[in-house]
Amino acid sequence: MTEIFGIPVQAFMGQLLIGLINGSFYALLSLGLAVIFGLLNIINFTHGAQYMMGAFCAYLLLNKAGLGYWPSLVIAPVVVGITGVVIERTMLKRLYNLDHLYGLLLTFGLALIIQGVFRNEYGTSGQPYAMPKELTGGHNLGFMFLPTYRAWVIVFSLFVCLATWFIIEKTKLGAYLRAATENPALVQAFGVNVPRMITLTYGFGVGLAALAGVMAGPIYQVSPQMGADLIIVVFAVVVIGGMGSIMGSIVTGFGLGIIEGLTKVFYPEASNTVIFVIMAIVLLVKPAGLFGRER
Amino acid sequence: MFAVRKLTAAVAVALAAGGAQAQVSDGVIKIGVMSDMSSLYADIGGPGSVAAARLAVEDFGAAKKGMKVEIVSADHQNKADVGSAIARQWYDVEKVDAIFDVPNSGVALAVNQITRDKGKAFINSGAASSDLTGKACSPNTVHWTYDTWMLANGTGGAIVKTGGDSWFFLTADYAFGHALERDTAEVVKKSGGKVLGQVRHPLNTQDFSSFLLQAQGSKAKIIGLANAGGDTTNSIKQAAEFGIVKGGQSLAGLLVFLSDVHGLGLNTAQGLIFTETFYWDRNNDTRAFAKRIAAANNGKYPTMVQAGVYAGVLHYLKAIEAAKTDDGTKVVAKMKELPTDDPLFGKGRIRADGRKLHPAFLVEVKKPAESKGPYDYYKIRSEIPADQAFRPEKDGGCSLVR
Repeated sequence: MTEIFGIPVQAFMGQLLIGLINGSFYALLSLGLAVIFGLLNIINFTHGAQYMMGAFCAYLLLNKAGLGYWPSLVIAPVVVGITGVVIERTMLKRLYNLDHLYGLLLTFGLALIIQGVFRNEYGTSGQPYAMPKELTGGHNLGFMFLPTYRAWVIVFSLFVCLATWFIIEKTKLGAYLRAATENPALVQAFGVNVPRMITLTYGFGVGLAALAGVMAGPIYQVSPQMGADLIIVVFAVVVIGGMGSIMGSIVTGFGLGIIEGLTKVFYPEASNTVIFVIMAIVLLVKPAGLFGRER
Repeated sequence: MFAVRKLTAAVAVALAAGGAQAQVSDGVIKIGVMSDMSSLYADIGGPGSVAAARLAVEDFGAAKKGMKVEIVSADHQNKADVGSAIARQWYDVEKVDAIFDVPNSGVALAVNQITRDKGKAFINSGAASSDLTGKACSPNTVHWTYDTWMLANGTGGAIVKTGGDSWFFLTADYAFGHALERDTAEVVKKSGGKVLGQVRHPLNTQDFSSFLLQAQGSKAKIIGLANAGGDTTNSIKQAAEFGIVKGGQSLAGLLVFLSDVHGLGLNTAQGLIFTETFYWDRNNDTRAFAKRIAAANNGKYPTMVQAGVYAGVLHYLKAIEAAKTDDGTKVVAKMKELPTDDPLFGKGRIRADGRKLHPAFLVEVKKPAESKGPYDYYKIRSEIPADQAFRPEKDGGCSLVR
C-alpha cells in the first residue's frame, strides 16, 4: 500500500477530511469575529458564549417547543442575533471611541456571566441533541466512513462563508459597510444610517456564531463550556488570518483544521497546541497575519 | 488569581463544651472540599460534593455533640499548580484540617504530597489513579470511592470474558488516563487478550473523530475509553456517528458516571457496561440520600464521587470524635483502625495503604424502554465483593504495607 509519511494513504485522506470538518467550525466562527472586528473594531470575546447560546437555543426549541433541527437553523441565529443587537445598543456602542481593551473586557465579562448562568442551570456534563433523521447514517468512501451530517457541515459552512464574503466584498450593501468603517461621518452625510448598520452587523456576526452552535449540537454535547473551549483556538485562527480579513479567516479556518487534524495522527499530544505554535511563528514573520494589511 | 469560593457555612455553631473538644486546633474542624467547580468534571464532583459534605456534617450531628465544623470549597480548575496553591493556602493560612474530593489525578497527586508534608488529612473521592494507594501512598491519605485498578478489573475483566480480547485505548493524556490504561492493559493481558495500540488525547478535547478513526483502523474488537467526564461522553457520541459500533467494534467506557449517562441520554448510552461503587437506586438509604442531594444541587442525582465525599466526611468526623484530636496523621490512623459503616457504602474498612474497601457493581445502562424516567439508568449485572474489587494490598508497592 502507498504510504505518506509512514501512514497508509487511505488513513491520511481520512484525516484530511476530518480536519476539513473541524476547519468548517473554525471558519464559521472566525468569520463572525472578523466581520465584527473589521467593521466595528470590537474584539468580541462573547463569541464563544454566543455560539453556545445558539446550541442551547436549538436544544430548548426542540425540548420546549417541539421544533426540530431545520427550523432551529433559522430561528436560533435570529434569536441570538437579537440578543446581540441588545448588547450592542445598550453597551458596546458606548465603547467605539475607546481603546480596544475596553471592548475586550466588556465582552469577556459578558461571556463569563452568560456561561455562569447556563452552568448554574444545566451543569457541565452537557445535554444530548439528536441528529436530524435526514442526516443520520453515512457513506463508505473507501478510505473512510463519512457520516452524512459531517458532509453537510462542510458543504453548508462553505456556502455560508462564501455568501458572507460575497455580500461584504461584492455588493452595494457591503460597500456601504466597508465605507462606514473607513469614514463613518462621510457615509452618514450621504444619508446612510450608520449606527443602525453597525448594530445590524454586530447582530449578523453574532448570528453566525449561533448558527455554528446549532450545527455543533448534534456532534458535540450541548454544554455551557462548549464555546469557552473553542474560542481561544478561533482567536488564534483570526490572528493568523489577519484581524478583520474576511477571506483570511475563511482560508485559515479550513487550513488550520487540516493541520490540527494531521497533528492528531503524527503527534496527538500536541494537537491542542499546534495552532498556537503556528500563531507565534506567523506573528514573528508577518505581524499583521497572513491576509492582513498593516495599518 | 484562583477564586477561593468561601461557602463558609458554619454548619454547626454550637459552643465547645469541654472534653472532646480539648485537642481540636483552635476549636474548629475545618473541611476543605476541593473540586472541579466549572469544567468537565464539575457534575461528577463539584457543587454536589460540597452539598454532600454538608449533609454528612448534619447527619453526624456535630452541633449536638458540641463540635464546631466549617466547610470551605474551591475550584482547582484541573490544574495541579492551582490545586497546590489552594492546598498550601488552606493548610498554612486558613487552618483547614482536611481536604476532600479532588477529582483529577494530577491535582490529587500534588495535594497528596502537600498533605503528607504538612501532616494533615486528605480523603480523596474524585481522583482515580491507583498510585494514590500504590507507590505514592501516604499515611495521611485515604482513597475512598474507586480507583483505576478497580475499574480495570471490574469492567476489563468482564469484557474479556465475553470475548472482547483485542483492545485499542483512547487515553486522556495525564496521570489518570495513563494509570487507567496501564491497569486495564494488565487485566486484558492477564486474561489472555492483547493490546493492539493506543492514542493519547489532550484533556478536555471536543472532537474525537481523528482518534476514533485511528481506533477504527486498528481493527481491535474493543475500543477502551481511558478518559472521563466530557471526554468520555464526546467519544461515545462521536463513535456512534462514525458507525464504529455498527461496524462490529465495541466501546468500553472504563470510567462512566451517572451524570455522563444523563448527559448522553439513554438512546446513545444504552448497553454500556462499566463499574461503579454506588448507585442511588439500591435501597431506601441510598434513595433518601439521592433525594436530599438533588434538592440541594439543582435536581441532579448524586454520582459515586459525591456519595464518597459524604461517607468520607462522616467517617472522618467519627474518627476525630474517637481520637479526640484533629491532628491529620492521628485522625487518618484512627480512620484505618475503626471499621467503617455508613448508609451509602455499608460496612467496610480502610487498609494500611489507605484503600477503603467496599463492594463494586458491574452495571449496564438500560434501554430507553426499560427506564421509568430521568436517572433510572442502571441495571446491576453483578456485585464484586469488597475483597476482590480492589487491588490486593501486597501488589500495590506501597511502603506503608509490611
